Amino acid sequence: MKIFVCVKQVPDTESKIRLKSDSSGIDETGIKWVLNPYDEFGLEEALKLKESLPGSSVTVLSLGPKKRVVDAIRTALAMGADDGILIDAPEFIDGYLTAKALAKVIAAEGPFDLIFTGKLAIDSNNSFVSQAIAEALSIPHATVVSKLVHEGTSATVERETEGGTREVIQLKGPCLIGANKGLNTPRYANLPGIIKAKKKPVKEISLSELELEVEAQRVSFSSFLLPAEKATTKILQGDMNTQVAELVQLLKNESKVL
Amino acid sequence: MVSVFVFCEFQHGQLKKGALELLGAASQSGRHVVSVVLGPEAPTVAFQTFHYGAQKALVCDSKDLALYNSEIYANLLSLIISEHKPELVLASSSVLARDLFPRVAARTDSAYTSDCTELNLKDGGLHVRRPLYSGKCSASVNFKNCTTKLVLMKQNQLPIFAADVTKTGEIVTIKVPSSDLKTLVKKVVMGTSEKLDLTEANIIVSGGRGLKEPGNFSLLEALADTLGASVGASRAVVDAGWVPHGMQVGQTGKTVNPSLYIAVGISGAIQHMAGIMSSKVIVAINKDPEAPIFQKATFGIVGDLFEVVPLLTAEFKRTLS
Repeated sequence: MKIFVCVKQVPDTESKIRLKSDSSGIDETGIKWVLNPYDEFGLEEALKLKESLPGSSVTVLSLGPKKRVVDAIRTALAMGADDGILIDAPEFIDGYLTAKALAKVIAAEGPFDLIFTGKLAIDSNNSFVSQAIAEALSIPHATVVSKLVHEGTSATVERETEGGTREVIQLKGPCLIGANKGLNTPRYANLPGIIKAKKKPVKEISLSELELEVEAQRVSFSSFLLPAEKATTKILQGDMNTQVAELVQLLKNESKVL
Repeated sequence: MVSVFVFCEFQHGQLKKGALELLGAASQSGRHVVSVVLGPEAPTVAFQTFHYGAQKALVCDSKDLALYNSEIYANLLSLIISEHKPELVLASSSVLARDLFPRVAARTDSAYTSDCTELNLKDGGLHVRRPLYSGKCSASVNFKNCTTKLVLMKQNQLPIFAADVTKTGEIVTIKVPSSDLKTLVKKVVMGTSEKLDLTEANIIVSGGRGLKEPGNFSLLEALADTLGASVGASRAVVDAGWVPHGMQVGQTGKTVNPSLYIAVGISGAIQHMAGIMSSKVIVAINKDPEAPIFQKATFGIVGDLFEVVPLLTAEFKRTLS
């Protein structure tokens, strides 16, 4: 089986976000970049499938500035992916162009069985690229997937929707799966894996080689703002009955949220 | 006149709150408002959209739409957009829309943005903002190279205007295009809870490790029932297997935007705070005065939740009855 896994490098959750002095974007100094956590679920599922089906391969793809994105690919290779493809692109390419680039590369690599992504990337929280890749390749997709059974040429998935509802869906032929938490527990890269990863091939492709231009983006961001400082917390005082009564009055009469 | 289309989700024959918010914003904009209502009961629901400001409804009640199938829905919505080329399509940032709209955007060459928290349509303009990095900052969204913009709004961000039941409009019935499907929805297991999904809830009562054991979630259920709230949980208790993942609030769970979020026995790790920062009011109940949640909460009670929560439930009952 030939499996592709698309991964994104995102700022670590603990990273403090600061703005550039002209508010045109974020200041990247001091940001620690990590693999998007949902992509790890996709990668783990791909690696498990590969282990269960001899002769399978897992290729990991990522788009972004090569100087840092190569680390995300090396991490995936250390976990067990076979090879990597890096699409070198400036910072913050929109989802439209990202999906076009990834789909073009996958199409050029020849027939495949499965594509994994995370259900979304935790930096933008946009949940766009996965479905747009599937659309560009004319294959079915399922997002928010927490269970997968792949048999022959079809995949049966379970996805979580709203209010605890779960859907069981069968996708025929090559398809794209957007992984959710619950699908598996991602492995850690061990030392032998990290050493092996250094020798695994990583192909580099530029946007221009894919005949794509940054100007073709659909969406861009401007006027960045940090959230307004919250008013200081009011810690209630007195015996517990007094505190509880005061809280309910505050919620009702001052905040008017009841 | 320039049109704005509003994708209206509904449940049990009633428009969802998010749809009411969007219809309000659209009808205040002075544009021609067209509702898109897909699924069984759509014709009845279409009349409700007129009461909230739609002038025309595109309606399809095919039984093929009874369950959400990404392919069938994408085919239909893409067809609608290709035919009408609206300037703007508004939808709620729901699980369904977030799955469907990207596919439609890619097919119709539209621009797409989700999770928006600000929408301004005054004077024929379109100003949209969305949070980035789990709400650690926000930015204006600029669109270019497209005819249609697909904008998904978070719920509870826009006012709902009163219904005018005398208003009516034009209903246009559309058909599901036939196609060979590669996607088959085999089964839908409905959630056990009748409560609103966390992403839609106006009030949320959430529990963490301070509850000590899974059975104690019943304390929160009682509080939630009194308030008509939904129940959420921190990552720690989801990972411990106390409650299902669908209840998790935070970075790898759900991002919520209620008016009132009551955090019970939750310390307030950065990943949890990332999911609740757009709550209007945060109440923290925790016996540890040093818990980080007290830095971000609006109101805090330092105390034993096993004492505080029952008192609070009783006080809400008394006040709200």
